[in-house]
Amino acid sequence: MAIKKSMRQRVGVTILAWVVAFLIFFPILWTFITSFKSELDAIAMPPKFLFFNWTLENYVEVQQRSNYLKFAFNSVVLSIGANLLGLLIAVPAAWSMAFAPGKYTKDLLMWMLSTKMMPAVGVLVPIYLLFKTLHLLDSLLGIGIVLMLINLPLLIWMLYTYFKEIPNDILEAARMDGASLLNEIVYVLTPMAVPGIASTMLLAIILSWNEAFWTLNLTTSNAAPLTAFIASYSAPEGFFWAKLSAASTLAIAPILILGWFSQKQLVRGLTFGAVK
Amino acid sequence: MGSIQLKDVRKAFGAVSIINGIDLNIENGEFAVFVGPSGCGKSTLLRLIAGLEDVTSGQVLIDAKDMTNVGPAQRGLAMVFQSYALYPHMSVRGNIAFALKMAGQSASMIDQKVRKAAATLNLTDYLDRKPRQLSGGQRQRVAIGRAIVREPKAFLFDEPLSNLDAALRVQMRVEIGELHEALKTTMVYVTHDQVEAMTMADKIVVLDRGSVAQIGSPLELYNRPNGLFVAGFIGSPTMNLIKGAPAAKRGAETIGIRPEHADISTSAGEWPAKVRLAEHLGSDTFVHAEADGMGQLTLRLEGEAPLTPGQSIFVTPREAHLHRFDKDGRRMN
Repeated sequence: MAIKKSMRQRVGVTILAWVVAFLIFFPILWTFITSFKSELDAIAMPPKFLFFNWTLENYVEVQQRSNYLKFAFNSVVLSIGANLLGLLIAVPAAWSMAFAPGKYTKDLLMWMLSTKMMPAVGVLVPIYLLFKTLHLLDSLLGIGIVLMLINLPLLIWMLYTYFKEIPNDILEAARMDGASLLNEIVYVLTPMAVPGIASTMLLAIILSWNEAFWTLNLTTSNAAPLTAFIASYSAPEGFFWAKLSAASTLAIAPILILGWFSQKQLVRGLTFGAVK
Repeated sequence: MGSIQLKDVRKAFGAVSIINGIDLNIENGEFAVFVGPSGCGKSTLLRLIAGLEDVTSGQVLIDAKDMTNVGPAQRGLAMVFQSYALYPHMSVRGNIAFALKMAGQSASMIDQKVRKAAATLNLTDYLDRKPRQLSGGQRQRVAIGRAIVREPKAFLFDEPLSNLDAALRVQMRVEIGELHEALKTTMVYVTHDQVEAMTMADKIVVLDRGSVAQIGSPLELYNRPNGLFVAGFIGSPTMNLIKGAPAAKRGAETIGIRPEHADISTSAGEWPAKVRLAEHLGSDTFVHAEADGMGQLTLRLEGEAPLTPGQSIFVTPREAHLHRFDKDGRRMN
């Protein structure tokens, strides 16, 4: 039975929704606006919201002082590369868990998830020393492997739930049609799971893009992504808010735009296809 | 050539035994139907033949070659699934061509075979459509087309008509029968619908809880069921099974008489009864009656019979068609 809502109730709820959305979005909006202020305006009290001299000087200085494009390039390579590698591992793993589960499959899945609950700082020292010994510090390969491993539980879990939704009949039909295991995965499973794989990749890319702990600790200049770029604006002499805001905006803009255009897929991915 | 032989095939999932030692011979070109109630193991048996499940023990031979440990792709069989199992991301053409592509055939050969299969099944106009754009009957034909194009040693059908409406089911039943006539390939067909079994089969295998109850031609099973289970399963409406005095009178524990093998009279007869309900189908009348001291009886009369609920009648079985069963439920001769 449809719940009857009066017009007043509906208007009230809509206004409330907009207010909440605005509150959540506010920090990003404020950062964006601050990036166009002068340093003085940035720390003005009371805070200036819209009425100040809008300037592009921060963006210019940020690009002059540090090579934004290099950091952005690293972010892109790391986010996409690490997760593509993760996908190569996660697809067969999720396949075996979904279609050929053993006695311990469920336990294995739970254990993988549990590793995400451990605070990363607990293994920082051993990993750092390992990287130092293997000469992997400040290398794209090194940080790429770490990012891949961090996201692997998520990739496997999400792919596992998507694969479970694929009717087993269809894979059996492929087997009867003479498909080898590889052919079954390439020609039947993967195309059918493409929406699921896309949502999973999207989420994984966003998480890797924003990953700050390992990227800050294991990279310095060569392999440093945009997270290090922002952190470099936290100077010991104090925060240059306007420049920091400009750097932050430049760092999050690409992923915000990607997220905006793929929001439908993201929602699907996050709800795990729970409602068909 | 497509003869299939099962030798003492058993299948158990852990401690639960699904198939209990089945021996079976299906000749080349035969249309064999596995029939039985839900849970009797007929689909499992089909999957063991297909290779989609491994036997726990026993042998599966195809054309006298032991295929027990051979994978489904190498057995040379084709299967039509209950849910059709079409590849949703491929067109009809792609679905039918998939097996040929897996076999590495040339593009021109594939095109030729796909066109031929599509023409046989009236699918030529739908070759570029995706499965979601097809009706149930069309999808069923694509599933069959996918099987035909492989030119298999035998076709395996797993309740293929269950998801279709009644009229379409009748039509497809005829089409599958005609396909068998045309191709002369062995077909193994699983169904719970004994009308399909009776109309399509050369040989029916009745399964009961993982074992074979009886194997024979449709009419053999109909006229000479070897036990109470088969007697009660084959035939619709089911055979009337009567215990007590009328059975003892004929030297049996239970007697069986089919609904159409008894005569009804309003004046005289062996068993007095009262009509509970008369179902008028136009072509037949099904009379459900309560016989004194004997329980429910179902009777079939040809044409229209003007019987009303509460009416008193007399039922007389035709002795030539009476079946007798002993205390173990086995047929007495």
